[in-house]
Amino acid sequence: MIELKSITKKYSKLTAVNEISFRVEEGEICVLIGPSGCGKTTIIKMINRMLEPTSGEIYIQGKNIEESKPEILRRNIGYVIQNIGLFPHMTVAENIGVVPRLLGWSKNSITARTEELLDLLGLDPDEYSDKYPGKLSGGEAQRIGVARALAADPPLLLMDEPFGAVDPLNRERLQIEFLKIQRKLKKTVIFVTHDLDEAIRLADTIVLLKEGSIIQKDTPENMLAHPKNRFVKNFVGTDRALKRLARFTVADYLSKAEGLCIEKNISQCIKNKRDKLQNRFLWITDRQGRLMGWLDIEAFLAQDDIEEALTRVNPAEIALGADFTLKEALARMLSQGVSAIPVIDNADRLIGEINLSTIEKITQEGYPK
Amino acid sequence: MKRARHGNCLIILLLLILFFFLVFNMSIWETALKTLFPQEKEVIYPRATLAVLVGEHLILVSVSTLMALFTGLLFGIFVTRPVGRDFLEIVNDITALAQTFPPVAVLALAVPLMGFGVKPTVGALFLFSILPILRNTISGLDSLAPEVLEAARGMGLSRLQILLKIELPLALPVIMAGIRIAVVINIGTATVGAVVGAGGLGAPIISGLVRNNPAFVLEGAATAAFLAVIADQLLSSIERVMVKTEY
Ligand SMILES: Nc1ncnc2c1ncn2[C@@H]1O[C@H](COP(=O)(O)OP(=O)(O)OP(=O)(O)O)[C@@H](O)[C@H]1O
Ligand SMILES: [Mg+2]
Repeated sequence: MIELKSITKKYSKLTAVNEISFRVEEGEICVLIGPSGCGKTTIIKMINRMLEPTSGEIYIQGKNIEESKPEILRRNIGYVIQNIGLFPHMTVAENIGVVPRLLGWSKNSITARTEELLDLLGLDPDEYSDKYPGKLSGGEAQRIGVARALAADPPLLLMDEPFGAVDPLNRERLQIEFLKIQRKLKKTVIFVTHDLDEAIRLADTIVLLKEGSIIQKDTPENMLAHPKNRFVKNFVGTDRALKRLARFTVADYLSKAEGLCIEKNISQCIKNKRDKLQNRFLWITDRQGRLMGWLDIEAFLAQDDIEEALTRVNPAEIALGADFTLKEALARMLSQGVSAIPVIDNADRLIGEINLSTIEKITQEGYPK
Repeated sequence: MKRARHGNCLIILLLLILFFFLVFNMSIWETALKTLFPQEKEVIYPRATLAVLVGEHLILVSVSTLMALFTGLLFGIFVTRPVGRDFLEIVNDITALAQTFPPVAVLALAVPLMGFGVKPTVGALFLFSILPILRNTISGLDSLAPEVLEAARGMGLSRLQILLKIELPLALPVIMAGIRIAVVINIGTATVGAVVGAGGLGAPIISGLVRNNPAFVLEGAATAAFLAVIADQLLSSIERVMVKTEY
């Protein structure tokens, strides 16, 4: 989709970007990350020809970008800058409509598109269309910035620290929303950030830069598992094993849960199975398969009383959904002091469990996905 | 908001009606000035009616302001473009210098070059009104948030589109304020033009000073002051209409 071939950018003496080459495939999110001044913005701006490289070539969909007029090229690339830069004298709707107007869309299709995008970003069109940017909160303005970049449905998005100006809580929400949107739209995205957690959450590929050169280009999992050198190791931090867990979801590492339905001839069942059961505890479900709690097998065998040995729980409090990350699963295990957590679906039905031993194995480097 | 705007229009309308009423009803002037200056035999400037004087005055002001507007905007835009940046300081210096010339001195210098009458007066007024317009155009265009301009460029607007759709609309309040200052200053300064025979509301003032007749002076000065108030009101309400107050 987009390819940079030995791109170099020099400012008189300083080499801001040094012989950089990489490809981003269609529909991928490539995150550029690195210390301040390492050349991230410079790279982004060379892609939409706001800056001309000193040497090297850039191809978008196989075409050298120098063959297009800069203005025409830019209208087909969504661009979100760090400080958003909404036009203060235009309403939200007018801001979003700028590029479609340049491209000569009809009034009706611009209005329809504006409403569609506001909906997509979770803002009520009736409420926001006619607002001026001065009246928006930071998070809302960031959303409008993204909507404006998406307006003409460009295949490529350049995002330079798009969520940089909001508080961590809002930033996380924006990231999750952005991923949801991205799953639908499948844009090719080049995303600049300072924030490693943001990179880990969003990236298909991370490009780690230092002083204008690529130090490591890898998937987040691999970069965290196999940092190439000391610089990368320091950059990803000593908690990289933990960070890496954020890339995996519970669904991918589900173990079969040993569960029994309470209605069946449960005492007999347990006695029969006794030798095969490895754990001291057994998940108990109701007839619909919904998690009810767990049973202490030894206590049960000693007294032969189900109710005595059964601990009833609220599934939402104890269990995890399949879309949780392993990092969250581990946090839950540590806080509850358990080594296995049941996993339920939307209807509270037990679908498996996640084990501490599995997580331990993954944190050992090189464990395959 | 709406109500305030309506109220403003009403005030301007009333002021205009009052102004025209006074300009075309010389009998009121005569009564008033006679009571104020009973010792004078003649209280109304005899060589031209007030309406003609106002007309001449307005022509002096509007021609010079329009010329200044055109030049000021053009230079202001030019020196804030990348190509013209180098001239920014020079232009600022020259306009500041132009402002320090007293109007009478400019007229005295202009007369040998352009003769008597309207031309040197318009020239002098032009020099005086160019400064506020140019200075405000420059500061309006120069103070725009860089990220706004960067976003505009990054989205694919051409230079001209950025100027017309982003920069000028955003600088408009500041530019309009400059125009208003220029016009109000010009209305006062234009009275000096009578010294070199340009007519206008300066004529009765000069004549009154020469003949030691305060009634003539008051006729010209009061009308010029009234005109300045109306122009100020009118321009500020145009400003409000052109600049959306919501943002
Ligand atoms: N116009 C310029 N003239 C000279 N040097 C420049 C210019 N623009 C950028 N630089 C330098 O180029 C280097 C890379 O800048 P760039 O803005 O790409 O960094 P960045 O990685 O985006 O940093 P940050 O994370 O702080 O945004 C920096 O050292 C910067 O000082
Ligand atoms: Mg940057």
